[in-house]
Formats: sequence, structure tokens, C-alpha cells
Amino acid sequence: MVSNWLFIGIFLLIVAIFPGAPILIAYFLAPRKPNSLKSQIYECGIETVGDTWVQFKVQYYNFALTFLIFDVEIVFLFPWAIAFNQLSIFGVLAGVLFLVILFAELLAAWQKGALEWV
Amino acid sequence: MALLSDPVIFIANWIENLLLGWGLAPLLVTIIMDLLGAGIISVAMLLLVVILIVLERKLIGRLQGRFGPNRVGPYGLLQTIPDMIKIFTKEYITPQGADIFIYNLAPIMATSAVLLLWAVIPYAPRVVGSDINVGVLYLVAVGALGTLAILLAGFSSNNKYALLGAFRTVAQMISYEVPMVLALLVPVILARSMGVNEIVNAQYVWYVILAPLATLILFITAMAEVGRAPFDLLEAESEIVAGFHIEYSGLKFGFFYVAEFLHAFTISGVIVAMFFGGWRGPGAETYPILGFIYFMIKTFLIYFGTIWVRGSLPRVRIDQLLGFGWKILVPVALTLVIFTAVAEKMMFLMAATVIVRILVHLVINLLLVLVLIVIFRAQEARRPLRKPVAEPRTVALGRHSVPPESPSA
Amino acid sequence: MTPDMILFLVIALVTLAAGFMVVTTPNIVHAALWLILNLFAVAVLYVMLNAGFFAMVQVVVYIGAIAILFIFAIMLTRHAMRDSGPRFNTDWPMAAILGVALLAALIWILSRWQSFMTLPPMLTSDTDILRQLGQALVSPNAFFIPFEIASVLLVAAMIGAIYVAWGKSGGKK
Repeated sequence: MVSNWLFIGIFLLIVAIFPGAPILIAYFLAPRKPNSLKSQIYECGIETVGDTWVQFKVQYYNFALTFLIFDVEIVFLFPWAIAFNQLSIFGVLAGVLFLVILFAELLAAWQKGALEWV
Repeated sequence: MALLSDPVIFIANWIENLLLGWGLAPLLVTIIMDLLGAGIISVAMLLLVVILIVLERKLIGRLQGRFGPNRVGPYGLLQTIPDMIKIFTKEYITPQGADIFIYNLAPIMATSAVLLLWAVIPYAPRVVGSDINVGVLYLVAVGALGTLAILLAGFSSNNKYALLGAFRTVAQMISYEVPMVLALLVPVILARSMGVNEIVNAQYVWYVILAPLATLILFITAMAEVGRAPFDLLEAESEIVAGFHIEYSGLKFGFFYVAEFLHAFTISGVIVAMFFGGWRGPGAETYPILGFIYFMIKTFLIYFGTIWVRGSLPRVRIDQLLGFGWKILVPVALTLVIFTAVAEKMMFLMAATVIVRILVHLVINLLLVLVLIVIFRAQEARRPLRKPVAEPRTVALGRHSVPPESPSA
Repeated sequence: MTPDMILFLVIALVTLAAGFMVVTTPNIVHAALWLILNLFAVAVLYVMLNAGFFAMVQVVVYIGAIAILFIFAIMLTRHAMRDSGPRFNTDWPMAAILGVALLAALIWILSRWQSFMTLPPMLTSDTDILRQLGQALVSPNAFFIPFEIASVLLVAAMIGAIYVAWGKSGGKK
């Protein structure tokens, strides 16, 4: 494993600990007087009505799905983008065709109404 | 002289030789050096936030025609210190029914996701945390971790407003991640490499001159990713009542706050590294300390740009937000990538000079902006004019009616 | 035991433990979070194999898109926050025996295969490998056709998913 990735691994450990330490310090510095009224869930100053569960709109799922498809396609483009010096014109046009299909897909999703937020 | 002109490498070499001289194994020496580097970067960034917060408050104040904080310290510059003391000593109120482990993990994860971004940005000619060759994808990946932290914060609070706020935040962030990755693809094509260090090294001409539209798209989408105005409807008080961090108090909320400011600064750093040449400037190669100063100056200038936009533009609605992201930014970014790719390959084959390259790319960008302006104008012209809402009408008062246009007394 | 081997053991244990917790935890949202830990550990495995690009792709696509899609889909179904009932089938001893038998058979077959014991050539982690990948993706005698068909497949997948979610009329009701 190259030492570059080792740095990132160590950075990950450090960065998981560094915010934790002040939070722990504040836990000891701050007053601790829990009572049942303070721990109630906030609902604009009144008592909570109903379950925490609300019915979500399907638009969230649509946006996440569209994002997933585009994410996968864009990730394919990164190796293509760095190989420009070695590619032929056919290679560049193949990537452009890929992008045009992506574009057509955005238009299809738009026409189907997947990008609306009603 | 080497200490003054290249302090980081000098000190790093000195410590490394010291540790090797004590007879430690090379792997252990590497680990200790990495720990020191990571620790210094994290602490420096967390302390930098102190300056950033007070700077932002004073600038926003000035943009709104008032002084910012001006009581504590000279010109109010020490304001963040009493603020920090206050936040440290506030009580942690955990909502009932909250998922304790995830509830506590979320602010730590949000801050980590921001600090991790600093590992791959080059600060000076040979000073970079980690020179991995997939730096651009690493930036996107760490952004994804930040999105996840917000989702965790939202649903672990056992509060339906937090849940709704978290979902909207995530919908906003993922909608703007696609044009952001596409805009980041442009410097990757121009530099032929995915490593941030190599992109900075390849910028003999800053990429903002080659691809100003990509810079603009990255600026807009980065601000939407961070959740700053004008895209901050998720945290604004009048909107969803503070969104996903309703149930957080004390230092946990403090860390979300810190993470937001630091994220804005970090993303300015990323924009500078990708488009504005990072540490490049006159004399930066011979005196690396100058490179670091240039990098900081440029990052602060872009950060000032984000504060300026925050103070000037009104907030957008969620449907306007998502519509703008998907229907305008994604097609523009896709067309930009297509044209940049084709033009770059053409010029590579024809072995064009630098000036021709600059001119061709600049022309492509400006043409796209022109096309966009024409399309916007056409849309504006086609939108029906709003009818006047109120018409003057007679107001009846008993037997005497007051005509509508009487001059007021 | 080199440090590499120790690290691999730790990461492999984390992966397996997270995978086990995905299927046995009662709360379905917790299961999604254990899955995220699992995917992250697999990304670390990719890094140890000198395939940094694939580690980043794993985090961006799997954790950044697919895991979020899972969580959204979980939230869309009702009662997801409550516990989901018994997790263990009544026939689980039989399933366990079959699983162990399958594992034993696999190990026996693999141990008789020569190449299993030889080490593969280590990948270099410089950018030339990625450039070759980029070239291979678009060259006609390598992966050009699968590349374009993959994009058409993704379009079809998306239109299919919209159709399933909203019916024939799409979003316009």
C-alpha cells in the first residue's frame, strides 16, 4: 500500500478523534440537569402530535434514482478523461456518444416528469 | 535561508532525520510523521474557523449596512472567543427516543467529512498531505460522506421536522453533485490527470481563463452543496425551523456550525486549486512560502465571494432549487464537457500553441454563456405578465363615499 | 505477520461482522448503516490491493448513491422505524448446515486449483494503469460495445424505475 493512502488512513483516524475530544470535554464542563420537559421533541412549542413517522413523497426517491444513474455514468467518464493523449478520434467520439446518450436520458426523465417537485 | 523560504519541508526533514537517528523503523517514522501532519492540519483548520466566523459576521453586517460585532476586542475581532466559551458550557439535551450512538456520531462525522478534504489539496510547491492520483474522485467521495452525516443527524433525532429537513438537504445536495462532478471533469480533461497536485502543476495558465463557465458552475454547485445562501433554505429559521439540527444543543450544534463554515472555506480552497492555480504565483517555485501565501490569499478572496453572494441574493424555494440544478445546470455542464473534450482532442492532434488553446476554450465557454442568455431571454419573453393584484375601488363610508384617488390629509 | 497481513485481517473481520449485523439487526435503518460500514471496509480492501480508483468509485457510487437510495426507499415504506418482527427462520439449523457444507466444498475445490496458491502480479498504482483503462473502455477491440450498451442499459433502468414508481403516465397525472 502506497504511503499516500496510509496518510489518508491515519488522517481518517485523527479526524475521527479530534472533534470527539472537545465534545467529551464539553460534556464535563456543561451542566447536566435532564428533566422530562426538556427532552421532549420540538414541535413549534406545542406537544408532539402523532407519530414521528410521516408519509414521504415519492419525489425523493425519484431524485435519488436519477442521481444514482448519473453518478454511475459520470464515474465511467473519469478514466476516459485522463487518457486523452492516447486516444484516437474514435475514442473521443465514443465518449461523446456516451455523454449524448446521458443527455438524452436527462431529457427523457424531464419529459416523464421525474424532475418535478410538486 | 532554507528555513525561511521552505519552512515545512525543512522542519519535516529535520524531524525525520531526528527520528531515524534515534533508531526507529522507517515505517514507524512514516506513521509518526503522518500523525504529526494530520494533527497539525486538523488543529490549524479548526482554529482557522475562529477567524472565518468573525470575518463573515462583520462582512455580512457591512453588506447589510450595519456594523458587525464590535464590542469584544479591537473592532470586534475577538467575538468568537466568548461565543466558543458559551457553546462549550451549554447543556447537551438529548431528545427522548433518539438513537444515542448515531445521534452523537453525526456531528463528528460531519466535521470529519470537511477536514478530510484538506488531505489532498497542495498548499505549496512540494507540500501536500497526500499525493494520491485520484484526488478529484476523493473530493467527491468525501462530499458523499458529508451528505450521509446529515441524513444520520436527521433521522436519529426522532423529530419529524429534523427528518424532513434532512431529506430535503440530501435531495438538494445530490441534485447539485452531478453538475459539480461534471464541472470538476473539465480541469481533469485539460490536465489529463485526476490528481489535484498534478492539476495544480499543469496550470501554467490558470484554468479560470481557459474555462470560466466551468468555474462558475463549480462555484454555484459548491455553494449549493455546502448549503449556503442563496441555497440555505434548509437551515433558515423561517423555513423548516433549523432543519436537521433542531434537536442538537451545546457543542454538538457548535460542530455542525463549524463544519458549515469550514466547508465553505474548504470548497473555496478546492476551487482555487482546480481553477485558480493553487499556489501558483510570481516567485512561488523558488520561495515555497510565497506559494502558501498566494494560496491563502486566493482562497480568502473566493471565500469573500461566497459571503458577498450570501449577503446579496434572496433565498430560493425548494422546487426552484431542484429545477435549476437538474434542468439548467446539468445540460449546460454536459454540453460544456462535450465541447471541451472535442476541442481539446482536436488541438492536441494539431499540436496547437498555448495561445490558440486558450482562445478556443474561451470562445467555447463564452458561446455557451451567450446561448444560455438567449434561452433565458426567450423564456422571460414568453412568460405572461402578472396581472395587477389590486385595483382601485371606491370605499363606502356611510352615506359619504370616499373617492379612491383623494389626496391623503 | 507483516503489518499488511494484520491490517487485512482486521479489515476482513470488520467486513464480515458488519455483514452479519446487516442481516441480524432488528431495526431496518440500523441494517442500512451496517451495510454502509461493510461497503466502506470493502473500499479499504481495494486500497490495500493498490486499486485506489476503485476504492473511490466504491465510496462515490455505493455509499454516496446506492446507500442513500436504500435509506430513501426504506423511509418511503411505512412503519420502517419500528422493529420488523422475528429475524430468524424456524428452519435455520438446516440452512446453517447447508451453508457450512457449501463453504467446505468451495474450499476443497479451490485447494485443488494450482493458481489459487500463487500470488497475482501486484498492480502498480500510477496513473498509466488508469489511462490504459480509459483507452480500453473506448477502443473497438476492447470494451467499446459494452461501454455504450451500459449507458443504454442505464437509461432503460431509469425509465423502467420511473414507470414502476409512477405508472404509465409518468409524473403527469
